[in-house]
Amino acid sequence: MSIPVLKFDAVIVGAGGAGLRSAIQLSEAGLKTAVLSKVFPTRSHTVAAQGGVAASLGNSEEDHWHWHMYDTVKGSDWLGDQDAIEFMCRKANEVVVELEHYGMPFDRTDNGKIYQRPFGGHMSNFGEKPVRRSCAAADRTGHAMLHAMYQRNVKANTQFFVEWMALDLIRDSEGAVVGVTAMEMETGQVVIFHTRATIFATGGAGRIYYSSTNAFINTGDGLGMAARAGIPLEDMEFWQFHPTGVAGAGVLITEGVRGEGGILRNSSKERFMERYAPNAKDLASRDVVSRAMATEIKEGRGCGAGKDYVLLDITHLDPATIMKRLPGIREISIQFAGVDPIKEPIPVVPTCHYQMGGIPTNYSGRVVIPQGGDLAVPVPGFYAGGECACASVHGANRLGTNSLLDLLVFGKSAGDSAVEDLKGGSAHRDLPADAAEKSLSRINALDNRKGGANVHETRLAMQRTMQDHAGVFRFGDMLKQGVSKILEVEKAARQMEIKDKSQVWNTARVEALEMENLIEVAKATMISAEARKESRGSHVRDDAADTPEFPNGRNDKEWLKHTLFFPQEGNKITYKPVNMKPLSVETIALKTRSY
Amino acid sequence: MLREDYERLRWRCIRRGLLEVDLALTRFLDQGFAGLDDEEQQAFAELADMEDHDLWHLISGQAECDDPRLAPIVAMLRKS
Repeated sequence: MSIPVLKFDAVIVGAGGAGLRSAIQLSEAGLKTAVLSKVFPTRSHTVAAQGGVAASLGNSEEDHWHWHMYDTVKGSDWLGDQDAIEFMCRKANEVVVELEHYGMPFDRTDNGKIYQRPFGGHMSNFGEKPVRRSCAAADRTGHAMLHAMYQRNVKANTQFFVEWMALDLIRDSEGAVVGVTAMEMETGQVVIFHTRATIFATGGAGRIYYSSTNAFINTGDGLGMAARAGIPLEDMEFWQFHPTGVAGAGVLITEGVRGEGGILRNSSKERFMERYAPNAKDLASRDVVSRAMATEIKEGRGCGAGKDYVLLDITHLDPATIMKRLPGIREISIQFAGVDPIKEPIPVVPTCHYQMGGIPTNYSGRVVIPQGGDLAVPVPGFYAGGECACASVHGANRLGTNSLLDLLVFGKSAGDSAVEDLKGGSAHRDLPADAAEKSLSRINALDNRKGGANVHETRLAMQRTMQDHAGVFRFGDMLKQGVSKILEVEKAARQMEIKDKSQVWNTARVEALEMENLIEVAKATMISAEARKESRGSHVRDDAADTPEFPNGRNDKEWLKHTLFFPQEGNKITYKPVNMKPLSVETIALKTRSY
Repeated sequence: MLREDYERLRWRCIRRGLLEVDLALTRFLDQGFAGLDDEEQQAFAELADMEDHDLWHLISGQAECDDPRLAPIVAMLRKS
């Protein structure tokens, strides 16, 4: 079967913040650039980002990129690469001002400068006191950012392919990336995008968990494609969780609810936080609260038929206070938990929020893999930025407002690197003869299989397994079982069946293809988490506890290193050292992370 | 609604930017949509075309809908 080939200088997969930012660099450099997106760009999940973007502009008080760098290294629990972190923090002012020039409606001070507010973990003078570093556009920062950058791309003649799904990465015999296969949803037609540069900006994969704040679109498509093409995934054991998402839905219940007097209770209505944090109780830090909730659930004191959630009780608060001080919380509870929190407690669980790991890149946005003795060799023609990439700036945990900064800085640097590599007008490398083979056979298998696994049930089995075995607080025995279970789910995911066989607008097929990506991420997460026998940042194990030798359970002697997971090589794991050497300043030395 | 039009609409409901909107629209498609007449289905499609934050404000009651064609559908989304 002959497959249409579309030739571009560059293709960008994903039209959220990182993809749009990359596209601006490429199109404005005069390169013929295609952007593929499953949805219209301004409906990407970046739209959900509210907190703002961090930059040490110093508009409200003294600030410095070096202080921001210190906070980010500390936040990462020293797993972040210090060259990439310095690069990001130094670039922050530039990318924020550029965004301002694109028309982003930032909140402003009386004298017209960008208004900045404090945000958790951002401090002045190397951790001394909170600093105003976050730049926001009301509570719609992500939304405003997408609109500003989309318009800039329209001006620059970027070609958008909306409601297209990228399927597989195409690599030639030397391993260079020469494009992607993609499917137009409206027609079901598979097309080859033959390119000189391929940039992944596909976002995170938070939908691997049963409870996730991520929109349904976050199915880790870039990670699945990379994994299938033999690219390792880095640090996939690190996921940021939020303590209180509505059970079964994932929608966030803000921490303000506990601030206003909300109490967490288990199945016997006990205020269990009194046992875990006698002083702070329900107002203990996110980590402590999440761990306590997970322990209650693991030890059988969860609520409901599955004993798989706890209750957040505000029934003792004055209804007027709830309505006035916690706007939207009552509506969210009624809509998604089916309870009116004035009368009944809200079912909540620790909920997955952000993926720190991803496709390994360096700070220039080039995808790097181990080759020979070198642990970070660029893959020709392949770049990545934003949540799907691991530069690594977030290390073992991410600071709020650094995610929007990541997608701006590394979206831009991936674009710049591609522009640089394409200078001189080198020809397109030849497509391999079987360029579309892998994608076509996956689609054919879905179209023709009978008696296979149900997509929805397989996804649910994966999400339950991840939630129960690799959640916010991890137990050695549960992780071991989790590995066997997720490998079982993988078998089912390789044998899925869809009832709808139509070519045109076959959303069942798209969902099955997304599931094939999700399972790659789930497997990488479970196996990497089982293997890392320490606690660090968001990866907290019951069997790696806080001791004088290993404060917070962190073991720098053995585990100050990045995980690389190779699904195509028998689920092999290797490690590479953390880059402790910044670009221009001294190393931020190891210290116990405490706030 | 033709299958093709329905599937396109479905995709635009089940892949949103905000999880809240994903959940609300998916549930409505599964439970309430089939019971609508052609005009109401059209009105629902118009709502689904809105920006995520604006639509969520309508569904969660943080904003009111003043279009008489759309308001009954918004009311159903709130209840569903």
